[in-house]
Amino acid sequence: MLGRTASSLFWMSRYHERAQNVARLLEVAYRGAIMSHRGQEHGTHWAFALACSGCEPEFKEKYDELHIRSVAVFLLFSKENPVSVRNSLELARNNARAVRTGITAELWEAINTTWIEFTEVNPQTITQERLPDFLAWVNQRAHLFRGALLNTVLRNDGYFFSQMGNFVERADNTARILNTQYWSLLPDSDIVDDGSMEKYQWSAILRALSGRRSYRFAYPNARLRAFNIAEFLILRKEMPRSLAHCYNWIADTAEDLAQFYSAREPSLDLAKDIALSLSEKQMREIYQDGLHDYLTEFIGRNNQFAFELSKDYNFS
Amino acid sequence: MADDRTFFNEMLDDAGGARSPYSRLAAWLEDKPANFLTKKSRDAETIFRRLGITFAVYGAEEATERLIPFDPIPRIISAAEWRRLSAGIDQRVRALNAFMHDIYHRQEILRAGIIPADLILQNEAFLPEMAGFTPARKVYAHIIGTDLVRVSENEFYVLEDNTRTPSGVSYMMENRETMMRLFPELFQTHAVAPVEQYPELLRRTLESVAPDPAKSTQTIVVLTPGIYNSAYFEHAFLADSMGVELVEGRDLFVDAGKVFMRTTRQPEQVDVIYRRIDDAFLDPLTFNADSMLGVPGLFDAYRAGNVTICNAPGTGIADDKAIYAYVPDIIEFYTGQKPILNNVPTWNCSRPDDLAYVLDNLADIVVKEVHGSGGYGMLIGPTASKREIAEFRKVLEATPTNYIAQPTLALSACPTHVASGVAPRHVDLRPFVLIGDQVRITPGGLTRVALKKGSLVVNSSQGGGTKDTWVLED
Repeated sequence: MLGRTASSLFWMSRYHERAQNVARLLEVAYRGAIMSHRGQEHGTHWAFALACSGCEPEFKEKYDELHIRSVAVFLLFSKENPVSVRNSLELARNNARAVRTGITAELWEAINTTWIEFTEVNPQTITQERLPDFLAWVNQRAHLFRGALLNTVLRNDGYFFSQMGNFVERADNTARILNTQYWSLLPDSDIVDDGSMEKYQWSAILRALSGRRSYRFAYPNARLRAFNIAEFLILRKEMPRSLAHCYNWIADTAEDLAQFYSAREPSLDLAKDIALSLSEKQMREIYQDGLHDYLTEFIGRNNQFAFELSKDYNFS
Repeated sequence: MADDRTFFNEMLDDAGGARSPYSRLAAWLEDKPANFLTKKSRDAETIFRRLGITFAVYGAEEATERLIPFDPIPRIISAAEWRRLSAGIDQRVRALNAFMHDIYHRQEILRAGIIPADLILQNEAFLPEMAGFTPARKVYAHIIGTDLVRVSENEFYVLEDNTRTPSGVSYMMENRETMMRLFPELFQTHAVAPVEQYPELLRRTLESVAPDPAKSTQTIVVLTPGIYNSAYFEHAFLADSMGVELVEGRDLFVDAGKVFMRTTRQPEQVDVIYRRIDDAFLDPLTFNADSMLGVPGLFDAYRAGNVTICNAPGTGIADDKAIYAYVPDIIEFYTGQKPILNNVPTWNCSRPDDLAYVLDNLADIVVKEVHGSGGYGMLIGPTASKREIAEFRKVLEATPTNYIAQPTLALSACPTHVASGVAPRHVDLRPFVLIGDQVRITPGGLTRVALKKGSLVVNSSQGGGTKDTWVLED
């Protein structure tokens, strides 16, 4: 396989995952904003979405005020916002287009049709009332993409690289959401159980990571507690967006890739190390070391892994 | 005016009855309700858009990818007509390859005085770098798309030979797929020769011209300029359907006179490159030094016999518009036979007598730029305004050697779905020919159709559409 093909498959998945993540953040902010009460600023919710998706500075350059239209347009349709859903979908499609020969017709049709339908939407028509439906549509299209990928693509090196891209992006997303809100997950903020801001933030985080209901199953007798939520999203392997799950998947894929090529490159060992450190970790240790530092370091190691992988396999 | 002339109708004879290849189709069309074809056209468009069967338009920022309009009424060619066409094409492509071998070696055709030496040696399309080098099996143009037009029951003319990088074969195949989805019943009542073997035959052709054809597995690649090229869909389609890598120049490198591709593992040696980039961009060390598309050192590896490039560099000399007028002589010189297919009579504006005639008759003829393509830089006298003709006259007088001229032909017309129903529209035909260990012509080709009433311009870049082309089996 061409190094460039591996790179395109990695980024195709990565950008598609990103589009879904950004849409979900916007949905959470939207719910927060319409539910907000007791004088809370709507702006807090919009700021959460912008901060988690990492485009707050770009937004501030362009707009003075935080309100639903500007944030929604900026996160969904803006060409100037590097992580907008539009740019992510276009980059995902361009990468897919560059490897038309390496993906199945079903996968191409899923990604191409998403892009066509997305570009046919006039941003003016996505009013506050239509926003939830549109976000649900983006979300469903991402599921279709992933379903086509899982169900039709041959389990060879190309598939393995696409999985790496998907889970590197997801791990990054989860870690950054947690890091943006880490203060609300510190154990000593675990003192309230009413409709306080902290509690809202926890449920927003869970919702942003599609984990609200799963959390109830994983901790049947537990209330929403910062400690549990942090553990759930960092260390619990059953949770498909947790850091541990992402790195379990990456480590398994690393194993497949090593077998496929009958050779083990240094980046694959790095993936295993990260997975191992997550499986051996206790939540208490993480709090002792400092949650914020831990997450910051994880984001760095995750980036390091993506970089090493691209070096080892001649991405160009 | 072109639309006032009589033209050959592919479907109907002079008495208004259906010609025999079309008899079943004509009856079938008659039965259909008015909006039937409109609905089918919409279905087809959805299929094309979803599959991403598009071509890129340079310079148009928002709509960078467009669909070529697809017409749902097929063009039908009888078995007997096809036999004659393919014999003529076969003769022509063999002669053109023999011509190229000659002019890059002994140049006997020049010594015999059949073609003026300057016309070849001063031609930009003639590559001195190819002199004395013999590609595998002496084949220069491996993939040729011959453009044909019909003017009467038995008269076909070759418009152009397209010996460089002819496009459109993916449309031939996708048009067929779409027709089979839209009208399965028509395929049950017509013995349509299949075209689906094309990728397999292309692969075999490319394998047969590898530097070492005895090797058990040949590494073949399709070389594309990238996703922004107008024919990118076709490049991907061909690589995909042959099961080979689609590469860009940056994926290849030359080491010790051999060509390799950068893979996720060890570099892999490449035997045959089906290139879809122009000569000038192939190798910055030999040709255009600014090109980022090509591969440094590729030409030396080619001349060392370590890799085959298809089509060979320098094949442009065979489809140069200034050489076109000599193709009948070329056929006679190398085959000793009369040409089976006609050339369109051509005035070469570099000759003073020809130029004088052309200037006197601008309103009746077509003038084409020698190196132009895709319907740009040409004048269609009968449909041009007085002002356009006056402006063109100045350009032509300033640089006459850049132009050739031809009479406007009364192109045949084929029933076509238009807003008002079904009406005749002018068509041409591009069959696809593969030349390797043997000559293989796929029964069918790309029929292009001028969708505007009376228009003779079928190029997709000028708003033309395409149709499926059916060759009937006996």
